[in-house]
Amino acid sequence: MPLSVQETEVKNPPVSRPPLDPHLKALENEAIHIFREVAAEFEKPVMLYSIGKDSSVLLHLARKAFYPGRVPFPLLHVDTTWKFKEMIRFRDEIAEKYDLDLVVHTNPRGKAEGITPFTHGSALYTDIMKTEALRQALDAGGYDAAFGGARRDEEASRAKERIYSFRTPDHKWDPRNQRPELWNVYNGMIKKGESVRAFPLSNWTEVDIWRYIQAEDIPLVPLYYAAERPYVERDGMMILAEDPRLKLLPGETIRRGMIRFRTLGCFPLTGAIRSTASNLEEVIAELEIATVSERQGRAIDRDQSGSMEKKKREGYF
Amino acid sequence: MTATATSTSATILPFAEPAKAARDTRPLRLITCGSVDDGKSTLIGRLLWDTKAVKEDQAVTLARDSGQQNDLGLPDFALLLDGLQAEREQGITIDVAYRYFSTDRRSFIVADTPGHEQYTRNMATGASTADLAILLTDARAGLLEQTRRHATIAALMGIRQFVLAVNKFDLVGYDRAVFDKISHDFRELALSLGVRQVTAIPMSALKGENVVYAADTAMPWYDGPTLIEALELATVRSTQAGGFRLPVQRVVRPGESFRGYQGTVAGGSVKPGDSVVILPSGTVANVKQIVTFDLVRNAAVAGDAITLVLDRQVDVARGDMIVSLDGQPMTGRHFDAQVVSLQPGGIEPGKRYWLKSSSRRQRVSVEPVSQLELSTGIWQPHASTLHMNAIGKVRLAFEEQAIFDPYDQNRSTGAFILIDPDTLNTVAGGMITAKRGEIGGIHQSQEGEGQRVLLSLPADLAEQIMASELFAARRDETEIKRMTARQAAEVFRDAACDI
Ligand SMILES: Nc1nc2c(ncn2[C@@H]2O[C@H](COP(=O)(O)OP(=O)(O)O)[C@@H](O)[C@H]2O)c(=O)[nH]1
Repeated sequence: MPLSVQETEVKNPPVSRPPLDPHLKALENEAIHIFREVAAEFEKPVMLYSIGKDSSVLLHLARKAFYPGRVPFPLLHVDTTWKFKEMIRFRDEIAEKYDLDLVVHTNPRGKAEGITPFTHGSALYTDIMKTEALRQALDAGGYDAAFGGARRDEEASRAKERIYSFRTPDHKWDPRNQRPELWNVYNGMIKKGESVRAFPLSNWTEVDIWRYIQAEDIPLVPLYYAAERPYVERDGMMILAEDPRLKLLPGETIRRGMIRFRTLGCFPLTGAIRSTASNLEEVIAELEIATVSERQGRAIDRDQSGSMEKKKREGYF
Repeated sequence: MTATATSTSATILPFAEPAKAARDTRPLRLITCGSVDDGKSTLIGRLLWDTKAVKEDQAVTLARDSGQQNDLGLPDFALLLDGLQAEREQGITIDVAYRYFSTDRRSFIVADTPGHEQYTRNMATGASTADLAILLTDARAGLLEQTRRHATIAALMGIRQFVLAVNKFDLVGYDRAVFDKISHDFRELALSLGVRQVTAIPMSALKGENVVYAADTAMPWYDGPTLIEALELATVRSTQAGGFRLPVQRVVRPGESFRGYQGTVAGGSVKPGDSVVILPSGTVANVKQIVTFDLVRNAAVAGDAITLVLDRQVDVARGDMIVSLDGQPMTGRHFDAQVVSLQPGGIEPGKRYWLKSSSRRQRVSVEPVSQLELSTGIWQPHASTLHMNAIGKVRLAFEEQAIFDPYDQNRSTGAFILIDPDTLNTVAGGMITAKRGEIGGIHQSQEGEGQRVLLSLPADLAEQIMASELFAARRDETEIKRMTARQAAEVFRDAACDI
C-alpha cells in the first residue's frame, strides 16, 4: 500500500518540487476542492478515464486530493477495442503503479455485431462503442457521479457547462434544466437514478494542462511526443498504421514520418500532426505558437456542426 | 498639459495600492454587463482576438460564418461566442458562459451573461465568483437605468472593482467632453454603491481602440490605461486577513492512527502549533501538521486545499468548521441575509429549504422582509414570495447551529445557496449580513436581559481562559474584543461615566 500512511506522522512524500506558479496553484486548488466535494456528497462516484493528457492530469489531481488516502473511487475506461495499443499498455501500468481500481467496459452488443469505425462510419460507431457503452457501464456500476476531464475552452457548447452537470436517469443532458452555480457552493442533491458529471478541469485551458504536466512531471502516453511512425493519409487525416485491422484502400500506401498526436482516442478516428516536438518542452514551445485548436484532429467534431451539443444530450460525456 | 491630463484621467482611484510591489498573477475572474447592442459580444470577441485566444481553424469558421464583414475586414466577433447564440436560436434558457484569455502577465476568466432576459439571475451567478465587473455603456446614450441595475447587482454580490467601458467612442467623434461627463456620473453612481475602485475607459470595441491596444492617435488626450492594462492591474479578492477558516469537506483515515481533515482554507492562515476551535462543538485543539501531496507544509493560506492534522482525538465531521481561537465566525440559529431568487417558483415565506454554505447543509426557514427596487436602489417592505429575479432581505431561522461570517468580510463563509426540498434545484443565492439579535455589534446573551461582566485581562491570560472547555462550551454567549491597554482603560472609564 504505497499510498497510505500507517504512522501518525506523514513523512515528506516522494516528491518535492518548486512551488507551482499562483495561476496553476489556483486551478489545482479548485480542482481538488471539487474532487473532495463530490467524493463526500455522492454515494458512488467514478472517474471516467480516457488515458489522454486531460485524464492524466485529472488522475494526478485526484491522487493529490485524497492523499494520504487512496483514491476513493474506481476509474472507468470505456474500451472500444480500437484504442492505440500504447494507450492500453500505459493504462495498465498506471493502474498498477498507483494502486487504482480500474474498471474496463466494452459494449458486448457492439462487439457481437462487429461494429467498427471502418464498416459502420464514425457516427454510428461512436454512438454504440462510446456513448451506449458508457451508459451501460454507468448503469452497471450504479454510479451517481462521474468525473470527466472536459474543459470549457474546448468547444463553444461547453462554455456554459456547469461544474456539476446534471443527467436524467437515462443519462440525458438537458440544457434547459441545469442548475445555477454560484460561488464554489455546489448543489449535490439528486433524486434516485439521476446523476451528475463533475468537471474539475472546467476552468483550465489547453496551455494550462501542458504547463501543469510539465510542472508536476506527469507521465503521458508517448504518442503525444513526436517520433518516426508509420501512417496512411485518409480523408485529410494522418492515421497511425501499426494495427493489422487497418486495411489499406486502393491507392493508399504506408508512409513514415515524424508525427505526434494532440488528442488520443480511437486510432482510426484520430489524426496525427507533423511535428518534431519529441519531448514536453518542445511540445509546449510548439503549442505556444500553434494556431490550430486541438479538437481539429477529432473526426467526431467535424461530422456535423453542433455535433458536440447533440452528442452531449445523448449522453456522450 | 499635466494639470488637464490629470483632470481627464480615467483612473479615478488607482487599482493597486502603490505599496504593493508584487503583481498579482492569480487568474482574474470578471463579469461583463451591458444592455443589448452596447457591444458586449464585440468587446469580448475583440479581447479574445487581440490576445490571440482565437485559433486559426476557429478563425476560418468565423470568417466563413460571418455574413456581414465589417468595414475593417475583420470577422464578426460576436460569432465567436456562439455557445450562447445557438441557445438564442433554439429559444433555450440563456445563461452564463465562461471565456478564457490571457496575456503574458495574467490569465482571465470572463463570465459572459446576456444583457436582457433574466439578467438578475444570470448576473448574480456570474458575479458571485467575479473580482471585477466591466460595465458597458454606449457613448451616445451615456449612463442608463440598466447601468445602475447592473452596478447595483455587481456591488451586492461583493464586487469592489468596476471598469466602465464607454464603448462606441468612435461614434461621438472621440469627444473628450462626452467622456468626462459619463465618467463623472459613473463615479457618483459607484460611490453611492460603496465601490471606490473605479476606472472609466473611452473605447471602440469594434476598432480595437483602448481595448488591448492604446488609441493614441484617435484619443491623444486620454492618458489612462487600456482595458487590458486595467485588468492586469486589478486585484484578486482574498480573505487572508481575517481569522482562519477551514470548512471540513471530508475526514481521511488511511491508517489506524492517522486522521486528517480535508478542505479548502476559506479565510486567514494556519500553521502548526496554532490553537483552533472546532465549530459548532466548540472543542479546542492545536494544529499538528498541514499535509499536502507535495510536502508537509509549515503554513497554509486562504485558497489552499489542505489536509489538517490536530494534536488530539476530537470529534470532527464533514460540515464542521475549524477556525482560529481568535476572531471566530458567528454561530447561532438566526441570521439576516440578502438573497437573489433564481427559479420560477420564487422563495416562499415560511417554507423549509435546504441551505448549503461551504460544506455544511442544514434545514432553514426563510422569511422575506423587503425587496430591492433596482431602478431606484430602494428597499421596499415585502413579506410575501420573492419571485424569480427578485433581490430580497430575509430572516433565516435554523433548526440547529449555523456558522457564518458576514459576506462583506468573507465571500466564502458568508455565502450560501438555497435548495428546494421537492425539486432539489438551486432556488437562491444568498449573502449573510448579520447574526440576528445583534444590536450595535454587541451579541445579546441567549437569556436576553441577563447580567454581564466586562473583564479586562492581559492577552495571555485571556488566551488560556478561552482555550478552556468551559469557555468553549458557552462561546456563543460571549463577546470578545482585542485592544491595547490604553483603549481598554478608556472603555472602562467611559463605562464608569455611563453608570
Ligand atoms: N461603431 C461602433 N460599433 C460598435 C462598437 N462595438 C459594437 N458595435 C456594433 O454594435 C452592434 C451591437 O454589438 P454587439 O456586440 O452585437 O452587442 P451586444 O448585444 O451588446 O452583444 C453591432 O452592430 C456592432 O458591430 C464600437 O465600438 N463602435
